Amino acid sequence: MKLKTVLATVLAATTFAASATFSFAEDTIKIGDMNSYKRLPAFTIPYKNGVDLAVEEINASGGVLGKQIEIVSRDDQGKPGEAVKIAEEMFTSDGVVMISGSLFSHVGLALSSYAGQKKRLYLAAEPLADALVWQKGNRYTFRLRPSTNMQAAMLAEQAVKTGAKKWATIAPNYAYGKDAVAAFKSELTKLDPEVEFIAEQWPGLFKIDAAAEVQALKAAEPDAIFNVTFGGDLAKFVREGTLRGLFEDRTVLGLLTGEPEYLDPLKDEAPVGWIVTGYPWYAIEDPAHKKFVAAYEAKWDDYPRVGSLVGYTTMLSIAEAIKKAGSTDTEELVEAFKGLELDTPAGPITYRSQDHQSTLGAYVGTISLDEGKGVMVDWSYKDGANYQPTDEEVKKLRPAE
Amino acid sequence: MGVLVAELLAGLANAAALFLVASGLSLIFGVTRIVNFAHGSFYMLGAFIGYSAMQVLPGAIGFWAATLVAAVAVGLIGVIVEFLVLRQVYKAPELFQLVATFGVILVIQDLALLVWGPEDLLGPRAPGLKGVVHILGEPVPSYDLALIGITPFVLLVLWYLISRTRVGILVRAATQDREMVGALGVNQAWLFTGVFFLGSLLAGLGGALQLPKGGADLLMDFNILASVFVVVVIGGMGSIPGAFIAAVLISVLNVFGVKFIPQSTLVLMFIVMAVVLLIRPYGLLGREEAPGEHGQVGDPEQPISPLQSTGKLVVAGILVVLALFPIFDSPFLLVLMTDVIIVSLFAVSLHFMLSLGGLVSFGHAAFFGGGAYAAALLVHYVDTPMSLALLMAPLLAGFLALIIGWFCIRLTGVYFAMLTLAFAQLVWSVVFQWGEVTGGDDGIVNIWPAAWASSTTVYYYLTLVIGVGGIILMRHVAHSPFGYSVRASRDSILRAEATGINTKRIQWVTIAFAGAMAGLAGGLFVFSKGSVFPTELEIAKSFDALIMVFLGGVKTLSGPIVGASSLTIVQDFLSRFEYWRLALGLLIILIVILAPEGLVGSARKLGNRIGLGRSEGPGT
Repeated sequence: MKLKTVLATVLAATTFAASATFSFAEDTIKIGDMNSYKRLPAFTIPYKNGVDLAVEEINASGGVLGKQIEIVSRDDQGKPGEAVKIAEEMFTSDGVVMISGSLFSHVGLALSSYAGQKKRLYLAAEPLADALVWQKGNRYTFRLRPSTNMQAAMLAEQAVKTGAKKWATIAPNYAYGKDAVAAFKSELTKLDPEVEFIAEQWPGLFKIDAAAEVQALKAAEPDAIFNVTFGGDLAKFVREGTLRGLFEDRTVLGLLTGEPEYLDPLKDEAPVGWIVTGYPWYAIEDPAHKKFVAAYEAKWDDYPRVGSLVGYTTMLSIAEAIKKAGSTDTEELVEAFKGLELDTPAGPITYRSQDHQSTLGAYVGTISLDEGKGVMVDWSYKDGANYQPTDEEVKKLRPAE
Repeated sequence: MGVLVAELLAGLANAAALFLVASGLSLIFGVTRIVNFAHGSFYMLGAFIGYSAMQVLPGAIGFWAATLVAAVAVGLIGVIVEFLVLRQVYKAPELFQLVATFGVILVIQDLALLVWGPEDLLGPRAPGLKGVVHILGEPVPSYDLALIGITPFVLLVLWYLISRTRVGILVRAATQDREMVGALGVNQAWLFTGVFFLGSLLAGLGGALQLPKGGADLLMDFNILASVFVVVVIGGMGSIPGAFIAAVLISVLNVFGVKFIPQSTLVLMFIVMAVVLLIRPYGLLGREEAPGEHGQVGDPEQPISPLQSTGKLVVAGILVVLALFPIFDSPFLLVLMTDVIIVSLFAVSLHFMLSLGGLVSFGHAAFFGGGAYAAALLVHYVDTPMSLALLMAPLLAGFLALIIGWFCIRLTGVYFAMLTLAFAQLVWSVVFQWGEVTGGDDGIVNIWPAAWASSTTVYYYLTLVIGVGGIILMRHVAHSPFGYSVRASRDSILRAEATGINTKRIQWVTIAFAGAMAGLAGGLFVFSKGSVFPTELEIAKSFDALIMVFLGGVKTLSGPIVGASSLTIVQDFLSRFEYWRLALGLLIILIVILAPEGLVGSARKLGNRIGLGRSEGPGT
């Protein structure tokens, strides 16, 4: 009988929910962390590894406020609605003091809106959307990773030096791609009013028709190309572009192209000479960073990706904020995060109190080949603090609290 | 001139993988009538297995041998899937096999992650074909030329196989009338298995052959699925030359679309499909489906009837239990149950048009997301109060359904379903692309309930009243004179017309009503989550609803509710584990095999067999 089935389902619901409502022990501080572990595992598993490494180190050195940190980790499935549900469960059933994580901008924006509405703290680890800290920023959301606008500004600075005037852009047809192109255009035009943008290509995300895009770009005959494609799209674009001679005698700038997540799958086909933002973990001599790499390799038997650095730094930030606040109360944590300064493997960072963006920077360099794989050379670390809008602009962009 | 030729050749080369995968899907559909959602997964497996084989087998011979190894291996995997899963459910209601193939997708996704790891694999280049050939001064990759040669060759082989061999004759006969083929003493089971082998092999071949142009990654199964369906539908389901023409058409148009309207990449093929279907309702080379051709598979349907007093009492009991949920003092439980009610309403609305109206929609998310966006836009731009937004959500979604329905009712069966999918994609891409108004994929955020309803408990009660109210309304309508006309139009258009029912108009209103109810669910959704994104309009969302309806039991009124509740709750529970997709996929397959009429349908059958439930009358 179907009615019995309905009843059984309702009972099952109650049981599941009840089992989820176990009481939580008071001797640990719980942090809720979620990411799209199944949608984009290549980027999120290194993040998780970084998180776990940081938590292990923090706990080995005595934890925070005399308590151990415990991570409640979940897969947000890349769905904003799921993420909001999981956040609710983390706060009300698991008893976490704050949440962190997420990669996709739309998931990050949904969680940020949730945090603002429910007055609960969210540290966005990886989502890049500018709106997260500007137009849609709120008191309860902070963000670690350098935003689209910051990274585009770093590349625009390099673009001016190339002297190229006629630019074409190729970016995945979704918010991140559109933001990146818009930011790059406005930053570059500020620095050199004479540049022209003569073509824009918008392949669907992870659905690039590389041959067609390459032919269209060739037909436009630009001096230089600004690339925002990544992942499988990037591999196809690079391969077709190289074969069809698109990159010959052209300057190419690549946003995120130097990040190991995207560069390493290209192996010996890495596009030599592209100027990119990325993460040359193998070449950074700073002792703090060397220590991080050694610890990461010892624990995971793998080398760190950008995601690893972000995950690691996320947890360091949270631990520092709790120490600074001396409590796990949300309002006190928010105040602690404002202006929070800490040392990370990439250098010292600050969480800006005016827009809640951290000053974590990015590495900019040129791609070269070394023993059959792509590496970044002539790179330098660009401190995120130098690529921020002025305080007046921020005031205009952010809604009043 | 040179540029034009280069572009044309690029389009033709792109058509190769698309045609191979699509021809396999078309073949399988033509003979077995299974809409194989897992076909993209076979394509992905072809790429991964081909990649691994190419690491082992050296040189040019190794490359081509690896390609064949991958194709055969995927063919065999297809046979395993057919043998273990689909063979058990051929007798289930039409399209039920969708659910099984959906389970297969989930299983393959997690297994591929386990075996090949998370990182994208860049495909090896074909030895001897790494360079370019200059044609009219333009460089054209030599591998592209190889692909352009291989595709017609495969088409020729398939054509020979189908029109000149005994197996081909049987396949064609089964495509025409599989019952008759069975009656003439052909072992249908093995014919189906053979066709599945061939179809999967083609998908695997497509996956392996595209390696030098791309690679293998974990998203390629879903990424190709939509375009493959489009190709199959444009060509005419079951027609392999049609698939070839459509693949070439789509690929070549895409090359020029990219050049002249770079933003068109998301939607171009769906527009082409919609146009083709409106001019040629059965695709370019498809043939009209005879009425009742694949008619009633399985037992005849029990007529539905209103609840008897016992049933009403039980429903009242459940409502009381639901109303008492807040005493558990678990906000998360209320959030979860709010989700369950919203999803149930969504599933019931799909069930209304799919089961009662016989109108299978693959694009029901358009109305759910449409309602959600209607509410969100009203709040965002004109500060509409929540209660008014919740009223407007179903009205505007219903209006959208009227527009989409006006086009779709011209078609029937799978073609109708595909046209709804095309329109849903159209809606999705408008929302996605029109960032200035809809926020693009950054969505619309900060759409929270009015102050009086902002507590979790109050919003739960609000959802309970509206959601359950909507479900009861739909049940009520199902038993009204209109509901009888709806079912009459489904069961026999000729007889319904003869009794004076304007069947097209009835179908049109059915779509609008179901769309409005889905929009109501969308409105409730947006206020419970505080934000809406284009993900709510995606194909995956439409599929979710289909899975729920079929899992619960398509021929019962309570099926969608049971399917929606159990799937939501089980998924919430399983997603705590690392390999939850594997577990969920296996569970779905298990249910499909054990309960081929859906949870409720099979439970009722079992109940009837052991002598329960008769007293209450059938079909509750």
